[in-house]
Amino acid sequence: MIEAQNLTKTFKDKKRGVITAVDDVSFTCRPGQIYGLLGANGAGKTTTLRLLATLLKPSRGHATVAGCDVEREPEKVRAHVGFLAASTALYGRLTAREMITYFGRLNGMTDPAIKARIQHLATELDMAEFLDRRCDKFSTGMKQKTSIARTLVHDPAVMIFDEPTLGLDVMTARAIVGFVRDCRNRGKTVIYSTHIMSEVEKLCDQVGIIHGGRLVAEGTLPELRARFGEQDMEEVFVKAVGGEAALAAALKN
Amino acid sequence: MNLHNIFTVYLKELKDTLRDRRSLMSMIIIPTFVMPALTFGVGKIAAGVVNKAREETPAVMIVGGDDSPGVAAALRQDKKLKVVPTAADWKQQISDKKVRAAVLIPVGFEAGLKAGAADAVVIYNYDGELKSGFAVSELEKFFRDLREQTVTARLAERALPATLVKPFDLRRENVAAPEKVGGNLLGGIVPYIIIILCFTGAMYPAMDLTAGEKERGTMETLLCSPVARVDLVLGKFLMVLTGSLSAMLLSLTSMGLSATFAGFMFSSGGGAAKLAAAAHQAGAAGSAMPMIDPFGLLGVVAMVLPVSVFFSAVIFTVALFAKSYKEAQSYVAPMIFLIIMPAVVGMLPGIDLNARLALVPILNLSLVCKEMLSGIWHWNYIALIFGSSCVYAAIALTLAVKMFNREDVIFRA
Repeated sequence: MIEAQNLTKTFKDKKRGVITAVDDVSFTCRPGQIYGLLGANGAGKTTTLRLLATLLKPSRGHATVAGCDVEREPEKVRAHVGFLAASTALYGRLTAREMITYFGRLNGMTDPAIKARIQHLATELDMAEFLDRRCDKFSTGMKQKTSIARTLVHDPAVMIFDEPTLGLDVMTARAIVGFVRDCRNRGKTVIYSTHIMSEVEKLCDQVGIIHGGRLVAEGTLPELRARFGEQDMEEVFVKAVGGEAALAAALKN
Repeated sequence: MNLHNIFTVYLKELKDTLRDRRSLMSMIIIPTFVMPALTFGVGKIAAGVVNKAREETPAVMIVGGDDSPGVAAALRQDKKLKVVPTAADWKQQISDKKVRAAVLIPVGFEAGLKAGAADAVVIYNYDGELKSGFAVSELEKFFRDLREQTVTARLAERALPATLVKPFDLRRENVAAPEKVGGNLLGGIVPYIIIILCFTGAMYPAMDLTAGEKERGTMETLLCSPVARVDLVLGKFLMVLTGSLSAMLLSLTSMGLSATFAGFMFSSGGGAAKLAAAAHQAGAAGSAMPMIDPFGLLGVVAMVLPVSVFFSAVIFTVALFAKSYKEAQSYVAPMIFLIIMPAVVGMLPGIDLNARLALVPILNLSLVCKEMLSGIWHWNYIALIFGSSCVYAAIALTLAVKMFNREDVIFRA
């Protein structure tokens, strides 16, 4: 379960002064559901997810992840979270097995437990062939599988995905989407940020549209379609953010 | 703070670093092989160059001296000088290194000597040029001998004893133990090398573990783990410290082994005796390592420890601020000059340790190491320097932890 209440994050910038990247955002994400955070580049998706993963501290508001407060118990929050983003890379000089083992140890697992978990994940993700090869020699697909295994090694209750298909080929992106769906089917709480409308349509049970740091619309896909009177998700999104002009202005900023 | 987590991070970083060629070069290869090779190799080359210059008979010209045939003939017979025919452009020829020196014998020199006083003999040379210097030494020796012969002859003429002008002999004998002589000779250079290696040993792991991780995108992956940030910093910091200390210890070990090996060679007779003689001739040129007091070296290692922590923490903090490895290099590389300056000042003769200098980082280490290697143990200064170095190290480490907790540093865009 993820509960965000009035979550706000400001940054100081020498040129632009104080920037509000996330502005008073509140939402709830339940177990067995995928909450899609939909927004253009720079809308505040990554900052929101980083706040939930305790990589950043909120300036105002608060959030709980798996029952733990992100400000007061950041280590406990991270112990319950698997975070996968385009920006979370692998250690190139380690093998896939070493990489997963390292994160297992960092999550406080014992070596026999890690060994058993790797065996399970390698079978599930079809990684046996490259498990003992160095990550810097991997194809994109191999890298993604290893990253997924890394996020799952401690079997977290909450999965946070920040544009995980960014820059991936079609097959790898499809595999990721399948994996996200599996997480939901196993009862995990899943939050998924993207700007790809088709992914939202395929995956999300609940959608939050974020624009200029604010959550401008929220609901299930049918609710959003009904509210904005559009069937096409792209049109829904454009209307939700205030039209094309508002979207273009935000992208320019 | 969780020791298990710190150790887990440290072990991973150690494995990762040992697979990184750049870090291996700065941590292991350079200190083990390059520094001794440089020290001995350059020393050997320098000794070779000096010996070769000594073996050459310097070409000199005699300017004037037509009315002093005896002196000119004696100069020509001197086997250590090669008198070449005088040319009008003899000054130019010295500048062009075609001849090494020229000697001006004044008009009526021999006649003047017989009469009791002669005008000054002038030697023309190329200042600072090694071979010209050897020619000048030979010419000076020749005229010094001539002066002494003249004095002896004059005393004999007057039936006076030689002791009249030389009432006593003057001799010089070394009483310092070989390790003290060694410490004095190497006291400046050993700390200098150690300081530089401590710094460069920490440099590459520090940049790789901070800016390198940011650039490769693994920093965010690591921050997703439930380990407290202070544990991540300390695990990484320990790896940087390992780099610094391994560079220092490996260089000391390899230099020590090289010195022992050189000493063994020089003392085992036969062909080695010849080598020893050559090394002795070369003097302080560096081909022969004088003995170093092992306790002095242990003292140096102990004093370097907090400075190594200080270096590691400072480089870690600076590199952490950078977004990329390249940016980190541009911040860290100029820092070497900040390290070299006080280390060089510490090598200068005449600068001695005092309470004020004992608080200047790096310079204090350089000075106290010089003293310890020479067998001087000023315990009050040693305590002050060790204490102040520990305080500087603690401040730097605290700063590193604080920087790691700053979002604007870790996620600097």
